[in-house]
Amino acid sequence: MTADTDHGAAVVAAVARVADRIADERAHLTDLDSAIGDADHGANLDRGFRAAVERVEALDDPTPEEVVQTVGTALISEVGGAAGPLYGGGFMRAAGTLDDGITAESTVAFAETYLDSVRDRGDARVGQKTMVDALVPAVHTYKKSIEEDGLDPLTALAKAVDACRRGVAFTVPIRAEKGRASYLGWRSVGHPDPGATSTLCVAEELLAAAADSLDAEVPTDVDATAPTTPDEGES
Amino acid sequence: MVGLLVVSHSAKAAEGIREIAAEMGSEAAPIAAVGGDPDGGIGTDATAIADALAALDADEVVVLVDLGSAVMNAELAIEMSDKTVVIADAPVLEGAVEATVAATSPSATLDSVREAAERAGGTSKR
Repeated sequence: MTADTDHGAAVVAAVARVADRIADERAHLTDLDSAIGDADHGANLDRGFRAAVERVEALDDPTPEEVVQTVGTALISEVGGAAGPLYGGGFMRAAGTLDDGITAESTVAFAETYLDSVRDRGDARVGQKTMVDALVPAVHTYKKSIEEDGLDPLTALAKAVDACRRGVAFTVPIRAEKGRASYLGWRSVGHPDPGATSTLCVAEELLAAAADSLDAEVPTDVDATAPTTPDEGES
Repeated sequence: MVGLLVVSHSAKAAEGIREIAAEMGSEAAPIAAVGGDPDGGIGTDATAIADALAALDADEVVVLVDLGSAVMNAELAIEMSDKTVVIADAPVLEGAVEATVAATSPSATLDSVREAAERAGGTSKR
């Protein structure tokens, strides 16, 4: 097995982890969506990620790029609603950044491309109560942690997940300006955005999968708002 | 020939709008409808929209959409299509009617049909 297909197998395992988590969160996500949307986010994503797992597990020694591309097409064809093009389109566009495998650099490029795709497709900015509110802090924190603070990728990812969690909390008190929730006006205040919440679930599972494949512990006590010092011997 | 595609979250709504608009047109303006998520529930499905675009007997198509994700899924479908396709920024029912009338003109172009649909945005109900 080459390093590339080894990374491919790690990405397949990550997809399976994400799918399990989304299946566990199905009812929770649908509850969130019934408060401010059309109550199908959990069911739609669950259907999409189950199809994605089936399709990627059928691939023969895939590269990471092939796995992510396959996930994207599965989500587009199975999810429908807004989550299909946002998640599926994001993975499809970002897949190409992994053509040299999984590295600190390629994962930064992946995260940025994914964010750009979601922002373009949904035409959303921070502060409109969408998944962008969770994605922007997560992606910016990851990029800064790798490129400026010289953190190891796992710590950088843990920090990004913390930033993502803060982004979800940020969606609670604000009023929706995009999507079905925007028709509710002030009634959307007080509920977390379902898309931001599912984005956090995916990010948390990617972190757990990365720790698994590196045979390392998920870093704890990681605070996205604290100043960073690289570990001894890192960077 | 310029064709029309109505995309709604509901297959019934899409078909109903197609039916109303088709009364204004003739065989000169092919019009199709697609709606619902991959399970047949309320939603939109990029693959189904792409299939409907491919099946339409026209090389140029103006798409009429209802709510948010219909736009995103229509855009994805357009990326998958080899036809020249534009989305009209128009109310779906009134836009479909105006666009159908414009599409039956012998001098119809993609732009003239889209502009007709978009003019429907200012239509008063009284």
